[in-house]
Amino acid sequence: MEDMYREVILDHYKNPRFNGELDPADITYQDDNPLCGDMIRIDLRIDDNNRVIECAFSGQGCAISQASASMLMEDIQGKSLEEIKDYTREDILDMLGIELGPVRLKCAMLSLKVLKVGAYGVQEWIED
Amino acid sequence: MTIRFDANEIKRDFPALQRMVNEDVPLVYLDTTATSQKPKKVLECLSYYYSNSNANVHRGIHTLAEEATAGYESARTKIGEFISAPSAKEIIYTRNTTEAINLVANSWGRANLRSGDRIVLTEMEHHSNLVPWQMLAASIGLEIDIIPVDDNGCLDLEVYEKHLDKNPKAVCVTHMSNVLGTLNPIKEMATQAHEHGAVIVVDAAQSVPHMPVDVQDLGVDFVAFSAHKMCGPTGVGVLWGRYELLDGMPPFLGGGDMIKRVYLRDFDTNELPYKFEAGTPAIGEAIAMGAAVDYLKGVGMENVWEHEQDIVSYAMERLEEIPGLTVYGPEAEKRGGVTAFTLDGVHPHDISQILDVDGIAVRAGHHCAMPLHERYSLVATARASFYLYNSYDDVDKLIKGLYKVKQVFG
Ligand SMILES: Cc1ncc(COP(=O)(O)O)c(C=O)c1O
Repeated sequence: MEDMYREVILDHYKNPRFNGELDPADITYQDDNPLCGDMIRIDLRIDDNNRVIECAFSGQGCAISQASASMLMEDIQGKSLEEIKDYTREDILDMLGIELGPVRLKCAMLSLKVLKVGAYGVQEWIED
Repeated sequence: MTIRFDANEIKRDFPALQRMVNEDVPLVYLDTTATSQKPKKVLECLSYYYSNSNANVHRGIHTLAEEATAGYESARTKIGEFISAPSAKEIIYTRNTTEAINLVANSWGRANLRSGDRIVLTEMEHHSNLVPWQMLAASIGLEIDIIPVDDNGCLDLEVYEKHLDKNPKAVCVTHMSNVLGTLNPIKEMATQAHEHGAVIVVDAAQSVPHMPVDVQDLGVDFVAFSAHKMCGPTGVGVLWGRYELLDGMPPFLGGGDMIKRVYLRDFDTNELPYKFEAGTPAIGEAIAMGAAVDYLKGVGMENVWEHEQDIVSYAMERLEEIPGLTVYGPEAEKRGGVTAFTLDGVHPHDISQILDVDGIAVRAGHHCAMPLHERYSLVATARASFYLYNSYDDVDKLIKGLYKVKQVFG
C-alpha cells in the first residue's frame, strides 16, 4: 500500500509532464469522476498520418489520476491513433507500477478513458 | 454533574474496534458519520434472533412467530421512547433515512402538494433530503427555495424568513450536517415554519445517534433516521411522524401487511404503523435496533453528546495547528463530532489512502453533499468523525498521520 506513493508517482504528480492546454487542438476531450472529484482534459494535435505530434493534459484530482495522465502523455508521443486503441488497463498499471483496489482503479483509468473516448467516441470505452 | 465515561472502556464493547488492519496496525475508526461500529450486545441480539426466534411477524400463531412479533414490536416501543414519541404507532420502520424521506415525499407530498406550491430545502442537505424532493417537484411542478449556507457554515436564517413569506407547504432540513457538523436550530425553525402553515421534515440521521432528541420538544412533523449510524445494523431505519399527519396519508408501497382486507379490484388499508410497512420487514435488524437503543441509553445520550463535544473541540484545535489545513464549518460549540477538511496540495483521496496505512479510517469525497461542496468551490473533502468510542488518543493518531501525509507530499 505504501508504495502507492512511489517516488515516480509523486514526481509525476508534483511535476506533471505535458501539463496544459493546446489551442488549437485536433482533439479535445474531458471527463470527470464526480464521486471523488477527479477531472482530466486531454488535447491532441495529430499529423496527416494520424500520429500524435503534440499532446497535453490538464485537470485536478488525486496523485494517482494526475500521475497516470502525465505518464500516459509521455507514452503516446509519436504513436498513431491506431496504436492508442490498443492501450489497456494493464498498460496503465504497468506505467504506475502498482496494484490498485476498485476505487483507486477508477482514478488511474480516467486519463485513458478521456484519451480513448476523445479519439474514438464512447463505444471504444468499456468500463470494467 | 455529568458522569463521563472512558472511551477506551467503551471501545472494548465493539469487536470491530479490536481488529488490526494492514496485518498489525490497530484500527482507528473515524468514519462513524458514514456508519457506526456495532457493540457486541447488538451483534449478539442479531445472532440470537436468527438462531432462536427467526419467523415472520404478525399473523403467526406458533411460538417462534410470537417471539419474533413481540421482539419487533417491543423494539418499536423502545425506539419511540428514545425520541420521546407520543405513541409507538408513529414509529414506521423503513430501510433507512433515505427511504423514510422518500416515504414522506411520495405519500404526504403527493396527497398534499399541488402544481405551483413551494417547498424549502437547504444548501447543506445530504442528497437523500434533496433528490426525493427534486423528483417530486419535477413530477408535480413544485417551486424549490433554498436556504444558503453562510460563511460560518450555518444556515442563513434571514433568507429562511424570506422564503417563509412566500408560504411554502414544506420545509425539509437536516438537524445536523454530515459534512460541516453544523447543528441547526430546528426548534426555532419549526415554530417559524408552523407560523406560516408549513410542515417541517427533519433529517435526523446525524442527530438521533449523537444527542438527546425529543421530537415533541422540537415541535417538528416528520423525523427520519437510520439504525446503522447509531450502533444498530444496516437495513432498518425509522420514520417518525405526527399521528394526525401519518393517519391522513395514503400508503407508500403496496402489498402484504399494509392491508386490512383485499378484494380483487380494491383494498382497505391497515392502521398505523402497519399501513406503511408493506412486505416482510427487516425483523432481526429492527429488534437489534432496539438493542442499540438499549446500549445508547445505558451510556446516556447526554454523556455521548458531551463526550463528542470534548473530542471535536480538541480535534479542531489540533487540526487547525497543521499548516495548510482548512476545516470547514462552524466553531466546535456549534457542531457535532464531524470535521471535514482539506490539506493544500493533497487530494482528499490521497490523505485517506496514506492514513489507512496507519489504520486510520477517514472518508474522502463529497459525502453525498455535492451542492454543499460546490458552495465551497471544492470537489471533495476528507472527513474525520467521532463517536462515543473515540478517544483523545485517536485524535492524536489522526494528527500524527496528517503530518505524515504532508511529509509524503512535501
Ligand atoms: C445527514 C444524513 N442524511 C441522510 C443520510 C442517509 O442515510 P441512509 O444512507 O442510511 O439512508 C446520511 C448518511 O450518510 C446522512 O449523514
